[in-house]
Amino acid sequence: MTDAAARAPRVWTRFSPTERIARSMLYILTAAAVVWSMKAVDIIPEFLYDAPEQTADLFRRMWPFDWSFYPKAVHDALIETFHIATLGTIMAIVLALPLSFLAARNFTSNPILNFIAQFIFVSSRSVNSLIWALLFVAIFGPGALSGVLSIAFRSIGFVGKLFGEALEEAQPGPIEALTAAGAPRSMILVKGYWPQVEPAFWSVALLRWDINIRESAVLGLVGAGGIGVALDAALNNLYWDQVGLILGVIFAVVIVTEVVTSTIRSRII
Amino acid sequence: MSAAEHRAARPDAFPANWTSRVAWIGLAVYTIYATSILDITWARFVTGLDNGAKFLARMFPPNMQADKLDLIATGMIESMQIAVLATFFGVLLSLPLGLAAARNLAPSWLAWSARGLIAIFRSFHPVIVSILFVKAVGFGALAGILALIVSSLGFVSKLFAEVVEEMNPKQVEAVRATGANFWNVLVMAVFPQVMARFVGLTVYQFDSNIRNSTMVGIVGGGGIGAPLFTAYQRFDYDVVLTILIIIIAIIMVAELVSGRIRRIFQ
Repeated sequence: MTDAAARAPRVWTRFSPTERIARSMLYILTAAAVVWSMKAVDIIPEFLYDAPEQTADLFRRMWPFDWSFYPKAVHDALIETFHIATLGTIMAIVLALPLSFLAARNFTSNPILNFIAQFIFVSSRSVNSLIWALLFVAIFGPGALSGVLSIAFRSIGFVGKLFGEALEEAQPGPIEALTAAGAPRSMILVKGYWPQVEPAFWSVALLRWDINIRESAVLGLVGAGGIGVALDAALNNLYWDQVGLILGVIFAVVIVTEVVTSTIRSRII
Repeated sequence: MSAAEHRAARPDAFPANWTSRVAWIGLAVYTIYATSILDITWARFVTGLDNGAKFLARMFPPNMQADKLDLIATGMIESMQIAVLATFFGVLLSLPLGLAAARNLAPSWLAWSARGLIAIFRSFHPVIVSILFVKAVGFGALAGILALIVSSLGFVSKLFAEVVEEMNPKQVEAVRATGANFWNVLVMAVFPQVMARFVGLTVYQFDSNIRNSTMVGIVGGGGIGAPLFTAYQRFDYDVVLTILIIIIAIIMVAELVSGRIRRIFQ
């Protein structure tokens, strides 16, 4: 009797009351946000009636692809897109590496420098690559240079943040050993940190390269070079068979990139 | 005994790695080659810096007129609505799609077709998808919402399928041994294991949908992108700066909020 009474209040609950309140609040907030958006968002019903028809029309116009367009305008643009993505990634890594050493709290012990590096990373990630491209086209004019810069500036935050976190996770043991042996700071970097963070470095670089191939395909819409320029021209001329060809090519390139990156990743990491 | 002989007797602590040296040299050669192919020259860069100074001069100070701010507020609110709705429906739909793509739950024909669908969704940039939706459903927020639903589906279902494949099979077997049907197994054995990660993915996707909803407007998909692009084309760079500041501020706030939400659901 007393035993049962003592045990009775010890009913197992998964969450504490505060947790439960926090969760319920979030559910209510989510529901409210969805309802508010549903009510407020501007949807023109007239456009919706012929949507299936328009979609069918879109695909009918896209097929068959206009293959003759490929050697004319797509091939060179495709190569350019590849170079933009790759050069942009390389440039981003070159710019982000020193910053990520500044951001890593175990390498740089100055909180002001840590904060400055973090702030650069957040600003770089907050501005979309297309918006970076708008800015660089206004400064450097249309062309691949703007594309490379916008890919690079968008990627600095991504590469720097992830690589900085990898640096912070590095084991202090080898670094202390090198310091004790009297190694200069540059050698501590090359022989203490680098071997520990190399796998993380390559995986971040490959991941970002993969993303950048996709991103560089649209930069041309605002004039920053690559296959997007051909896509923009085809769209403006309403040559949907050319649009279809370009989309097919982008799809193929993205699949090939993914296969290549996953092969490299399983080889070297 | 000379000093050179003495040194040769000792093994090198850090032998040279020629494969990696060749790879680094190859990368450097590629960089120079690609730079020349793309016609990126120092002269262009310097001219650009000159333009950049003019550009920045026209950007400052940011335009804070009341009518511009009104326009920006309308666009920004629409962007937020696009992000909310796209996340909600995208995540809702990726629950079944992710389960269908998990090879430990779904039969292999279903898993592979779901994976193919996810690959198609993932390979196109949201802006390209929204171009297609603008043609299909017309200009406006709906095209943007549909485009971001597609990209949310691609990302969330791929990672959700991976989470489901990594879960502990013992609990599934235990529930199955009691004679439970498929739905019971899902609710009692699968969801309790994967829900926390799923919420994490949802929050991450909401973050990225906010970022992307600011640019679907450039191709007619609604939101702040349209006023941004118009201001840009009219050389109203001071308005562009105002919009950029607001976008960055909102994304930073969203990142803080999503960090909090993730902690609640951990």
